[in-house]
Amino acid sequence: MTNKTNTDKKSVVANALGQGLEWVDARFPLSSNIKAHLTEYYAPKNFNFWYFFGSLSLLVLVLQILTGIFLTMHYKPDAMLAFASVEYIMRDVPWGWLIRYMHSTGASMFFVVVYLHMFRGIIYGSYRNPRELIWLFGVGIFLCLMGEAFFGYLLPWGQMSYWGAQVIVNLFSAIPFVGPDVSEWLRGDYLVSDATLNRFFAFHVIALPFVLVGLVAAHIIALHEVGSNNPDGIEIKKLKDKKTGIPLDGIPFHPYYTVKDIVGVVVFLMVFSTIIFFAPEMGGYFLEANNFVPANPLVTPAHIAPVWYFTPYYSILRAVPPFPGVGFLGIPPSLFPGVAAMGLSVLIFALLPWLDKSPVKSIRYRGRLYKQWLAAFVVSFIVLGYLGTEPSNVWGQFGPWLGNAERATVAARIFMLVYFAFFILMPWYSKKDKTLAVPERVTG
Amino acid sequence: MSDTPNDKKKTAAHANQVSTVDAEKRKFLIATSSVGALGCAAAAVPFVLSMTPSERAKAAGAPVEVDVSKIAPGSMMTVEWRGKPVWIINRTEEMTAELAKHDDQLTDPSCDVVSQQPDYCKSTDRSIKPNLAVMVGICTHLGCSPSAKLQPKGDMGDNWTGGFFCPCHGSKFDLAGRVFKGSPAPTNLVVPPHKYLTDTTLLIGVDTEDKA
Repeated sequence: MTNKTNTDKKSVVANALGQGLEWVDARFPLSSNIKAHLTEYYAPKNFNFWYFFGSLSLLVLVLQILTGIFLTMHYKPDAMLAFASVEYIMRDVPWGWLIRYMHSTGASMFFVVVYLHMFRGIIYGSYRNPRELIWLFGVGIFLCLMGEAFFGYLLPWGQMSYWGAQVIVNLFSAIPFVGPDVSEWLRGDYLVSDATLNRFFAFHVIALPFVLVGLVAAHIIALHEVGSNNPDGIEIKKLKDKKTGIPLDGIPFHPYYTVKDIVGVVVFLMVFSTIIFFAPEMGGYFLEANNFVPANPLVTPAHIAPVWYFTPYYSILRAVPPFPGVGFLGIPPSLFPGVAAMGLSVLIFALLPWLDKSPVKSIRYRGRLYKQWLAAFVVSFIVLGYLGTEPSNVWGQFGPWLGNAERATVAARIFMLVYFAFFILMPWYSKKDKTLAVPERVTG
Repeated sequence: MSDTPNDKKKTAAHANQVSTVDAEKRKFLIATSSVGALGCAAAAVPFVLSMTPSERAKAAGAPVEVDVSKIAPGSMMTVEWRGKPVWIINRTEEMTAELAKHDDQLTDPSCDVVSQQPDYCKSTDRSIKPNLAVMVGICTHLGCSPSAKLQPKGDMGDNWTGGFFCPCHGSKFDLAGRVFKGSPAPTNLVVPPHKYLTDTTLLIGVDTEDKA
């Protein structure tokens, strides 16, 4: 008897829920969206380690937005008050130190997971047809992220904040003809000042987050339209179960990959917490020592370098010599070449889908030639990144036989050429490469 | 709307009947859309202009008066003008003599880039008084403030003849603010408009000919 009443009660609740869902579904595509994007989104069954970083990027985005909201409750975007308000958050706001360290560590970890996510895309050819738009949205997200990092770094109003912003805004003044006006417009003053801080705050907390979230949505919608790539770089949609129409090598994203990603999240949070609690400054790589000194427009710190995630591009900026100018044509000297090379080193990622002419997508079936180029690119990226954290005379000078040139500058020039050659020569070496036969089904 | 089969039929029939474009209507639509687009562009103007320097920022550029009598030979002082550091360097006789000796190592030894100094400072020492150099202490590369390395040699190496070194990207300048070859900075440091009110009182921000 009691059993019967229990089942009755249960079915009453279930019915009510079912009816509620029906009511919603008649007005909003809830069930169909859950199906399309989770329970009936079929992802290849052979995702490996490299596939953690997409969902981890999303996690960090949520963390940054959440911690950011709480930081804005105490932060003051005013040149007179900004530095002190950050110290106030660190010392007086209950748990403020934790929220701020989560945000500052989150910024660096964002770049860690996004760089690994991009590397995954490169080695498995995830940018290739039909996923070019996913890749382009991704490049947009990357640019937005760089903007967020740059605007956000001014807000503590320390010495590095100030002079970093001064240098980056001045990059725009190198653009021929309109440059000086553009950089003055960006600053809203003749030098980085309160006006600049106030608008960077607006960009950092409202403008760019909106664009970022929009691009992330577009990135995922485009992904779910064409389906995920996989470590074999083959299309699972080519072989479907004749009865159900489900790809033979596909498994539903939920529960399979949601559960897998939870493992990734746990490991990530272990690393993340360790940094927050034991090394939030990460030896000056995540938070730079000079930024604990309030901004002073009259004195540049003796050694300035951007945060680690910008250093490869910064090295390229520094390595390119200025244009000497053509006196008799009235063309003045210009530092535009360095600025252009730096901009290009970031934007060139967007061309990958059209530079890669290989018949295969995944590194598993590529030949030696491609692998050597990829290795050379990774090494150059890391060396350029290292050199960008150091002063340009870190390795001393060559003798007079090379005009006393700085060793590190010469090295940066060589690695910069390798960096660009990886992209520019790709149509040639990806075609010439001896590839292996690609299997029909994924190999696990 | 066009989901029902009936609707689809209608649209198809409609498309067959009117295969020609209604030129009148299209012209009207293009004209109105263009006006609308222009309106949107015009509405963007106030927003774009709101980001240019404000009246307060423009007003902050008043000239600065400096007493230069207390700068010992071989040393310098820094004053703030329009929020930027302006250096006043009292060069010794050895220092000024050195200026003429390294023209071959400079990008623009004779100050041909006119935007970098007023006409009355277009010379080797780039100054009104041979010993007193006045310049904006902002690197022409990307706007850092170079560090003073006034004395020869020292941590700058044995070839160093005294000048300024930018910590950001390694640009080097001599004691007249002229850039050494091989620096990322393309041009010499800026000499601001300045004039002497008395022998020891310098006014920064106003030209000597008083053309402001």
